[in-house]
Amino acid sequence: MLNNLSLTEALDGLKKKKFSSLELVQDCLNQIDKVDPGIHAFLHINKDAQNEAKTVDVSKPLGGIPIAVKDNFLTLGLPTTASSRVLEGYMPDYESTVTGKLKQAGAVIIGKTNMDAWAHGSSTESSDYGVTRNPRNPDYLPGGSSGGSAAAVAADMCTAAIGSETAGSIRQPAAWCGVVGFKPTYGRVSRYGVIAMASSTDSPGPLTKTVEDAALITRIIAGRDQYDATTSPLPVPDYLSPLKSSLKIGIPKEYMEVMQPEAKELVLKAAKRLEELGHLVEETSLIHPKYSIGVYTIVQRSEVSSNLARYDGIRYGHDRSYFGEEAKRRIMLGTYALSSGYYDQYYNRAQKVRTLIIQDFHKAFHKYDLLIDPASPGPALKIGSTAGDPMFGEMQDILVEPSSIAGLTGISLPCGVVNGLPVSFGLIGPQFAENLVLQVAHQYAQPNL
Amino acid sequence: MDVAHVAKLANLPLKPGEQAKFQKQFEETLKTIAVINELDTTGVEPTSQVIGLVSVVRQDEVDLSRILPPPAANNGYFVVPSVFNAQ
Repeated sequence: MLNNLSLTEALDGLKKKKFSSLELVQDCLNQIDKVDPGIHAFLHINKDAQNEAKTVDVSKPLGGIPIAVKDNFLTLGLPTTASSRVLEGYMPDYESTVTGKLKQAGAVIIGKTNMDAWAHGSSTESSDYGVTRNPRNPDYLPGGSSGGSAAAVAADMCTAAIGSETAGSIRQPAAWCGVVGFKPTYGRVSRYGVIAMASSTDSPGPLTKTVEDAALITRIIAGRDQYDATTSPLPVPDYLSPLKSSLKIGIPKEYMEVMQPEAKELVLKAAKRLEELGHLVEETSLIHPKYSIGVYTIVQRSEVSSNLARYDGIRYGHDRSYFGEEAKRRIMLGTYALSSGYYDQYYNRAQKVRTLIIQDFHKAFHKYDLLIDPASPGPALKIGSTAGDPMFGEMQDILVEPSSIAGLTGISLPCGVVNGLPVSFGLIGPQFAENLVLQVAHQYAQPNL
Repeated sequence: MDVAHVAKLANLPLKPGEQAKFQKQFEETLKTIAVINELDTTGVEPTSQVIGLVSVVRQDEVDLSRILPPPAANNGYFVVPSVFNAQ
């Protein structure tokens, strides 16, 4: 059962020749055959995966590792639909920077994972190809929009996975499925070849079994990209270097107020553990996250209406009648928010409140190195929970919207179980403080400290 | 909100029943997001680029790597089937 291994363990085994990449890939494919009919994490399987594994160079940084990729990353040779009927059967003409870097590092793309159509949602229930089920309990949602990637990692159908986050789309499904989800700073990882959702917050990142695995993948996919002008020119550091000093960590009381009691208790227990590890943890205050729901909803809808205007079915894909209900709602609300006479009232005002939220974080990070920020107010909800609620995602993502609209980096990792479902704990840091977030999360996750 | 008008602006065909359904849902959403009006934004500048990058440009260099070798290209020009057949 090599598919159960973490990325770090699998790399070690491959380098020591304990097993081959083909055996590792085969175990993942067998697991997909066995469990995916009941989970539906994958939309497409790479039929060439075994051949690629046979010829891969295992001395490369990700040599021979099977990685699942969210279906909004363009992948040469594999269909890319963003879980939408508009793009059914679409074969990309070029490779996304992220998957290009993974392939160059020797990874084997094992398949493309299900998501909310166009990444519009936090449940994977709005996929035009049917919902993904939570591997921890199939009656429950996996979260989203990177729900397929989170489920694929949780059910050991791959060694690691790639997702993208606009506001919670990596961290929240990771939380609901009980895996690690890491959102790098906006501009740290290239968006080139990622089907655009909200361009001012879209951030690709990994979903993994351990924090160390997330650090390893981020180092490979991060960096300046000439094809995405918003990528930062800052050098990419080694995210695995050990933590040198103890930190000051704040717990925003407004965030704890929206947590469900049992989940909150587990998060406070995790905070206590950080104290035991030598960090100073104390309560602090931030702008209430409810304001971020308003800002995010307006900004996201507006950017969606612009980004999805290109799908006309003339050059590729199907015409606009193929859009699902959720996409239509988002495009229309964005069109309205940007339309003449309403621009100042909605879009411009939202961008001003966004400035206030960014300034509030600046102030907080003047005092604290990191802040505690769980990705979800509670564990996964039941299949069907999104029915008739057009603001489902925004309400579920209340705790990760502020850090997303401010472009911060953050992580979600399991910290306990309520009624058999995983509960997560999270940390956010200033822009480009990936190393601090990963180091503290790694330290927290070590059993023997 | 005039749903039919916005649908026209967005070039989205609506299915029967969607106009009335969306109307109600949009009104609820607009009520929820009105919360942003509670904060004072006097003198606050709007933010759209969060990591502070401005006017990113690259060198204007000719990329010949995309010009295919012969017979697909000749003298740096693409070779395509002729439009006027010289028969």
